[in-house]
Amino acid sequence: MAKTKAAKGRYWRAHLKCVGALLTIWFLASFGCGILWRDWLDTNFPTVGLAPFGFWMAQQGSIITFVLILIAYAVWMSRLEDSLEHDEEEVSS
Amino acid sequence: MSQGTWNFIFIGISFALYIGIAIRQRAGSTSEYYTAGGGVSPFVNGMATAADWMSAATFISMAGLIASKGFDGAQFLMGWTGGFVLLTVLMVPFLRKFGKATVPDFIGDRYYSRSARGVAVVCAIFICLTYIMGQMNGVGVVFSQLFGISLSKGVVIGSAVVFFYAGMGGMKGITYTQVAQYTVMAFAYTIPAVFIAIALTNNVIPQLGLIGEYTAGDEAVPFLQKLNNINTDLGFSEYTSGKLEKLDLFCITAALMCGTAGLPHVIVRFFTVKNVKAVRKSACWTLAFIAVIYLTAPTIGAFSRVNLIEKLNGTSYTEAPQWLKDYEKTGQMAWVDKNDDGIINIHGPATSTAKKKNNNVFIIADNVKKPEYPSSGSPEDQLVGKHGQRLIAQKADKSNPNELWFGNDIMVMANPHMAGLPKWVIALLMAGCIAAALSTAAGLLLVLSTSISHDLMKKIVKPDMTDEEEVKYARIASFVALTVAAYFGINPPSTFIAKTVAFAFGLAASSFFPTLLMGIFSRRMNKEGAIAGMISGIAFTFSYIVYFQFLGGTKDQYFFGISPEGIGFVGMIINFVVAFGVRAFTKAPPQEVAELIDNVRYPGGKDTAAIDH
Repeated sequence: MAKTKAAKGRYWRAHLKCVGALLTIWFLASFGCGILWRDWLDTNFPTVGLAPFGFWMAQQGSIITFVLILIAYAVWMSRLEDSLEHDEEEVSS
Repeated sequence: MSQGTWNFIFIGISFALYIGIAIRQRAGSTSEYYTAGGGVSPFVNGMATAADWMSAATFISMAGLIASKGFDGAQFLMGWTGGFVLLTVLMVPFLRKFGKATVPDFIGDRYYSRSARGVAVVCAIFICLTYIMGQMNGVGVVFSQLFGISLSKGVVIGSAVVFFYAGMGGMKGITYTQVAQYTVMAFAYTIPAVFIAIALTNNVIPQLGLIGEYTAGDEAVPFLQKLNNINTDLGFSEYTSGKLEKLDLFCITAALMCGTAGLPHVIVRFFTVKNVKAVRKSACWTLAFIAVIYLTAPTIGAFSRVNLIEKLNGTSYTEAPQWLKDYEKTGQMAWVDKNDDGIINIHGPATSTAKKKNNNVFIIADNVKKPEYPSSGSPEDQLVGKHGQRLIAQKADKSNPNELWFGNDIMVMANPHMAGLPKWVIALLMAGCIAAALSTAAGLLLVLSTSISHDLMKKIVKPDMTDEEEVKYARIASFVALTVAAYFGINPPSTFIAKTVAFAFGLAASSFFPTLLMGIFSRRMNKEGAIAGMISGIAFTFSYIVYFQFLGGTKDQYFFGISPEGIGFVGMIINFVVAFGVRAFTKAPPQEVAELIDNVRYPGGKDTAAIDH
């Protein structure tokens, strides 16, 4: 039982790390590139097609990033869950 | 065939489809009524959620708002999609694991308190009502456009249809209807965009057209460059540069994001799939489906801006295209010939001589921003101008030369007209608009009726109710809710549909989002903290909005320059601060709550189906 608890603790911390990492990307792509550093990116970054980088991130790029984030989340969390089940099986056997 | 016939065919077919599905899939039990029995596949649920969530505001107004706001329109694009990320990683997997049918259920159990549940029910009803008003108004706009009837008749017809299949089919019925509706919407949105992209930029894919070259003119120039040029030539600000302060834009986007994550009707959708794994998959599908529309919206906004100005500016009214006259009839466009030359002149705020620069077509009194018309019994010379234009009742604002007023709502609908697309495309678009409004209204209506029948009647007022009684109450509640929504749909408190909706998001951001988040991620948050947080968050946001919307607050009184649309973000911070402050002085939650949190956080254990009540 104690081991299961430890495994669960590990799982929750790993989960928080996953969420933290993905939300950092989420913030950088939307608030970061689209709003806060937008002007700087527009002048200093290569254009996307013929559109300035910051503008493109705000209106298109961020949305594409969001979809990728959710795919990564689904894959990452499935792995975490599998490893938790694995840990718990070891304890019970 | 005439346009009317085409519209009739497309909308008729789509309606028959929705109602057919609703009848086939109607709900028999409470579990089917609330969560479709809990066995919907991730792909199907993803599509249905996308339809549920893509409201009339998104479909009809968003591209128009982007067209008029330019860069600032990104707030809607990022806000609504980014919020979905928050929703998926912070909320739905846990709520699904918890396994009860509604959001107030979770709040009531997690905060071991009837009053917490009560506050949550009130918030849910409030948010859904605000949101559904925008939908009903959207339905009204489309119907009035279609059949040339008044807005109020349009709203009433729309309400009847929604009531028929949402009230009857419950969650099971609307899930499958929404799949059909998403399909209609996706085609209706993207096909016109493709046609216009080809016409303006010679590119089949609109997203590439936006970052490509404008080829419809004499020489090819970058499309965004062209767009900036025509805007600045007429005295508008550059399309790609924003007008809003960074802080304001930040807050609005954040409020929309957190609001999305707190919208009860979207959260509830994820209770229809089998387990937590399916929830995550389903969320990927949903966002992918949403992205199809959201990536197209900015292209439609930009293209229609170019089209509108190119087609109308400098054209004499008598030679102007027919759609202008059609929109005049419905009150969505108005032309005031200020300089009496018979030519339509469009100008931006920079051409104004007034102290506060604007490009108002008419003098705005009592905050009425739409044109008003003399009553139909007035003498002929007050109704029709000498070029045949429809005259408005307000006085012309002579401090600037701009002569054309148009509502943002028409941008999407007028787009195919402007581009001269075939009639069936326009008919398809109309069917799409209606699908968007109906699907969201149905989803909201369901949450409203469950909140009342399940959370209020069953859990608080009359616990010994039977299943059938509960469904009966749900159906009655949806009727009442719809009547209220229809009334406000006819008399919306704010001019543009998307604005009304933005407020619902502000309220959701300041109430549900923080409370749910703390419920899942903080073991020590107790009922006193949660209730105090919810009440102060929503009270602050609500009064701020009401003050500036209805009581005539002015822009210079804004708190740090944050507009009412963005205040939900501040309300959310207040909610957090108050909740943690109150928690510090009150006692910790009981042991059962710790068990509940454990159950919600970890996978495995018994996979509770969402039918437990």
